[in-house]
Amino acid sequence: MKQLGLLVTMQPSVKEKNAAMVEWTEQERSIITNIFGNLDYEDVGSKALSRCLIVYPWTQRYFASFGNLYNAEAIKTNPNIAAHGTKVLHGLDRAVKNMDNIKATYAELSVLHSEKLHVDPDNFKLLADCLTIVIAAKLGSAFSPEIQATFQKFLAVVVSALGRQYH
Amino acid sequence: MLSKKEKQLIREIWERLTPVAEDIGADALLRMFASYPGTKTYFSHLDIGPGSAHLSSHGKKIVLAIAEGAKDISQLTVTLAPLQTLHAYQLRIDPTNFKLLSHCLLVTLACFMGEGFTPEAHAAIDKFLSAFAAVLAEKYR
Repeated sequence: MKQLGLLVTMQPSVKEKNAAMVEWTEQERSIITNIFGNLDYEDVGSKALSRCLIVYPWTQRYFASFGNLYNAEAIKTNPNIAAHGTKVLHGLDRAVKNMDNIKATYAELSVLHSEKLHVDPDNFKLLADCLTIVIAAKLGSAFSPEIQATFQKFLAVVVSALGRQYH
Repeated sequence: MLSKKEKQLIREIWERLTPVAEDIGADALLRMFASYPGTKTYFSHLDIGPGSAHLSSHGKKIVLAIAEGAKDISQLTVTLAPLQTLHAYQLRIDPTNFKLLSHCLLVTLACFMGEGFTPEAHAAIDKFLSAFAAVLAEKYR
């Protein structure tokens, strides 16, 4: 009977579960929706992915079937990479529209990346960093330290959610 | 591994940054403090608010040191010897922080150079900054 009592108290309460969720201020929400609201997904998506493959060439291991990745020029003009970059950015859009529930939103994608695509989750951070640089190049000084910090917080939550279902 | 072309590119870029070392350095530091608040713990003795004189002079110091290293990358260990000692025995900054500052320097460069911060330039400078950080930490243990 004592053991049962122990078991019951070990379950996290709803309050505790909610306390573990990511908190967003109004300012952070509007920073994120503003950035994504003004993005050309095709342009930024393709630039971010091709930059990742150029700056961190080992990431090319996941794109062996995508055609010519022989040098930076080939990567930058590869239509399969461009299309995939766009897909990734549209995937990010789902987090923007579900900021209070990113973990659940990406549960399926996390399983996909783990079980089917076999992507090392360290790679998510590499792509996130390249996306940050592409946005910075686009926005210039408008990409202030505070906006950068918020954007990186958002990407960190996304990266964490994508790695969540790996086992 | 840096090609001859990359070393040239790195030299040229950091030469262009030298006249604006204060602005670049201060900007990168501010970004680091905003995104990685733990890094502020190393600056409790300075005023690191935006526009502060400490921030500018410290940022300038860092950027000029990197620019010096960029002039002859094959001689990094020689060029950085005094700074190696300083960081190992006096400053004792945890080397994970070098990665954080390097990332913020890349963001500053992206904002500063826009489309001119090509993937090739990004790759070259990222590699250079990693090598720089590794040499800087060599005397730690």
